[in-house]
Amino acid sequence: MLEGKKIIILGDRDGVPGGAIEACLAGRDVEVVFSTTACFV
Amino acid sequence: MDLENQKRVKALAGEIGKEHIVVILGGADPEASGLIAETVIAGDPAFAGALTGIPLGLPAYHILEPEIKQEIDPAVYEANVGMMEMVLPVADIVKEVSTIRGKLLS
Repeated sequence: MLEGKKIIILGDRDGVPGGAIEACLAGRDVEVVFSTTACFV
Repeated sequence: MDLENQKRVKALAGEIGKEHIVVILGGADPEASGLIAETVIAGDPAFAGALTGIPLGLPAYHILEPEIKQEIDPAVYEANVGMMEMVLPVADIVKEVSTIRGKLLS
């Protein structure tokens, strides 16, 4: 499902941060085009 | 959903083409995750941001959903998401985001 896709990551500091999701996708045939981590403090 | 992020997502969908994009969420609670999914699929329900009235129809999944989890190496997933998987309301998040997707994504 993710193969060849461009990925937009909308992470959450109180949930799963963008960087952690990026790390999960490392080495996959995907391109992360935007990654952010929301912080509501 | 953050107003700046709405602008960015709208621009990316225009540049790249929405058929090539998958959105992955990391929200901490079901309601907020569902709202973000709704925003990138059907437009901003709060009528505040750049996606107001713009149904991009982007497939949005939470990182905790099985469709995404099964595509990631289990050891890598455990190292990066495992701890939050133990403390977040996984079933409720999965139910909310998948329900929104099922209702709004044609």
